[in-house]
Amino acid sequence: MTETIIAWIFRAVQFGTIIMFGSMGEIISEKAGNLNLGVPGIMYLGAFAGFASAYGYETSVENPSRLICILLALIAAFAAAAIGGLIYCFLTTTLRANQNVTGLALTTFGMGVANFFGAYMLEGEVYTAAPVSNSAFQAKIPFLSNIPIIGNVLFSYGFLVYGAIILAIILHIFLNKTRAGLNLRAVGENPATADAAGINVTKYKYLATTIGAGISGIGGLYYVLDYNNGIWATTGQIEALGWLAVALVIFTTWKPLNVIWGAYLFGLLYWFYNFMPTLFGITNAERTTSLYQMLPYLVTIAVLIAVSIRKKKESQPPAALGLPYFREER
Amino acid sequence: MGQICIFYKKGHFYQSKVTVKIMEDAIRLVNITKKFGSVVANKDISMSIRRGEILSLLGENGSGKTTLMNILSGIYYQDEGQIYVNGKEVAIRTPGEAFDLGIGMIHQHFKLVDVFTAAENIVLGLHEPGKFNMKAVHDKVRAICEKYGFNIEPDQKVYEMTVAEKQTLEIVKVLYRGADILILDEPTAVLTPQETQKLFTVMREMKKDGKAIVIITHKLHEVLDVSDRVSILRRGEYVGTVETKDATELSLTEMMVGQKVSLDLSRSEPKNRVKRLEIKNLNVVNKDGVKVLKDISFDAYGGEILGIAGISGCGQKELLESIAGLQLTCEGSSVEYFAPEEESPRQLIGLSPKKIKNLGVALSFVPEDRLGMGLVGSMGMTGNMMLKSYEKGKSFFTERNDPKQLAEKIKDSLGVVTPSVNTPVSRLSGGNVQKILVGREIAANPTVLMTAYAVRGLDIHTSYMIYNLLEEQKKKGVAVIYVGEDLDVLTAICDRILVLCGGEMTGIVNGPGSTKEQIGLLMTKSNKERNVK
Repeated sequence: MTETIIAWIFRAVQFGTIIMFGSMGEIISEKAGNLNLGVPGIMYLGAFAGFASAYGYETSVENPSRLICILLALIAAFAAAAIGGLIYCFLTTTLRANQNVTGLALTTFGMGVANFFGAYMLEGEVYTAAPVSNSAFQAKIPFLSNIPIIGNVLFSYGFLVYGAIILAIILHIFLNKTRAGLNLRAVGENPATADAAGINVTKYKYLATTIGAGISGIGGLYYVLDYNNGIWATTGQIEALGWLAVALVIFTTWKPLNVIWGAYLFGLLYWFYNFMPTLFGITNAERTTSLYQMLPYLVTIAVLIAVSIRKKKESQPPAALGLPYFREER
Repeated sequence: MGQICIFYKKGHFYQSKVTVKIMEDAIRLVNITKKFGSVVANKDISMSIRRGEILSLLGENGSGKTTLMNILSGIYYQDEGQIYVNGKEVAIRTPGEAFDLGIGMIHQHFKLVDVFTAAENIVLGLHEPGKFNMKAVHDKVRAICEKYGFNIEPDQKVYEMTVAEKQTLEIVKVLYRGADILILDEPTAVLTPQETQKLFTVMREMKKDGKAIVIITHKLHEVLDVSDRVSILRRGEYVGTVETKDATELSLTEMMVGQKVSLDLSRSEPKNRVKRLEIKNLNVVNKDGVKVLKDISFDAYGGEILGIAGISGCGQKELLESIAGLQLTCEGSSVEYFAPEEESPRQLIGLSPKKIKNLGVALSFVPEDRLGMGLVGSMGMTGNMMLKSYEKGKSFFTERNDPKQLAEKIKDSLGVVTPSVNTPVSRLSGGNVQKILVGREIAANPTVLMTAYAVRGLDIHTSYMIYNLLEEQKKKGVAVIYVGEDLDVLTAICDRILVLCGGEMTGIVNGPGSTKEQIGLLMTKSNKERNVK
């Protein structure tokens, strides 16, 4: 019983970490008023670039260093995903293309790019693996992880799990306690006001969307090199995770601190189907699994309804979310 | 005149003795031209703004006042011409650069972030040195408030503020940034006479400080009251500048319009007054459970204009919408309609908006953005006429001939300036849009005509045209209900004026003989102590 609960929590935290990165990136982008629906595509780009660089390094060097694996994968994932964000921002901010359409196109684009080039790595196989990088990303905290139960629940994860929590706290402080954070929120709430106050709206939008996309991309990287045990395969699972990350942004009402527990809750709900036979004695047929995996979306809708009924101004989306801004517009 | 001044710029305090020469040019504009596509908004404008004076910028709608000031504040960049600030030629490419030059603009539509506190709005976009310390900001804001007698709580959220408080916040914002050239774009449009006087006191105070102040307003008596000089624009061109002491309302209007106009509003004695509406105990609760209308009871008569005065957001919209059937009312509310040639009155509450409209009750509501309610911006005049006649005709295809004729008729009779009746109305100027909106309601031959803010933001010329339209309707025996902002106009055209304050009816006065001070007092009087600044 205890073991099942621990296993459930363990899976939920790992799962949550993927969408945590995705959501945090999207929150920054949306705080600048850019509704980037390209998150799934961006996570694909991050996953592919991160895996490919680690895989390439691992297979070409005799004794691959785990540190270099980590650095290479992180930099490549962040950069590739950031380029995705840059494309999005160029199209929507500079060329003022419709944000929804551009975002959806970016999702298709990211998936296509990843699967097209991924095919070269697979060389006809169904999957391929990067074991050294995988072990680097999954390395547990020494000693602490040996404590019974607590060690399993708290200290047995790869470093990115803790990195995600720290990043959430940093983002919270950035958005609420710094000048740049205040300016960024103003850009998303009311770009005309921000502009009149002397804030460079375009610069903020570009930086937020590009860095945000880079962070989202780390989520994709975590998926392949840790959650999925360092295996690159031809599945479309990252896309589903990307949409879940977008849902999580709404669930958290655009607050980075809420992302931490929200993501783990989503993880628990998503993996509910796997553990409920042992825990609650409910058996389920294979075909109902997808129904149970809808639970995170259901709670998101519940939150949406609750927020719109309560009408608390602070819980609403950034007021200018999804709208283009042009100073001289009349 | 010597004066010790502390300058705060780019992170350093400078203390120095400077000489503030009264009447020194703070800003000089030379041959400024700005085009939007083929529309010339400013044409070859040269003028100057002096220190220690209040300059009024006057002009009809679309005469380019706001555009010119937006160029100064860095929102737009001029196509041609030079700007000199303190004698030096400058290029103001962004609002940030305008701040660095000490130019602060208070925009007509407030530039505030609703979910931020007052202090957060004030420090937005600033590059102050050192740690970001909200407490220090609060202290500095309080110091400014004390100096000029403002009343702003630094940690209050903007969405909780009244309009007057938001206005004050905008002023504190530019003062905090150390602006010594202030531009106020129609600051009094949403204020009560008392609040306006308070604002003028502050402006005179700042003038004494040696600041240069520009105020844009449509209200001539305010121009005469507060300013030292008046500069006039007409259709994007500079007409001239006069000393306020040499000017009168008539002389200014002539300069603005470019032709002699009579400023007399004719108000005929109401004839054949017949009761059309009887409103009893009207109560309305909004979505947050707050009472927005409390026990309103009054009658409206055919052949008279009933004015409704009040600070914006005091229940005017809810009142008209209750009558038009667009608003849910509380139990016990009654709106009875006395149709012509019918014995007994009809209860309007519970009827659908369509039924009420068909009975002859018309509503034309002009919201702040003009196009938000009643007209579809991307459609032409014909299409917008069809919105009211969509149920006519049985064919699957639309019938465009009648609406087109109606559109042509309105265009000709009201002088709507548009290339064709098919030009999207969003491309027309605000005045023309409003003519279409009011014209369409009148064309339906209503027995009760309700119009809200029909002249919102319109210049004198177009406004008078609309007043005369209402007067004509009154003579035809229509019961006109007019929600207005300008008290001078309300007292001039209305036969009776109902005053709302915070959803309560604080009185009904007769139009002839009442003064705007009297109405202004009623507008701010309420059982609950209101936050009047």
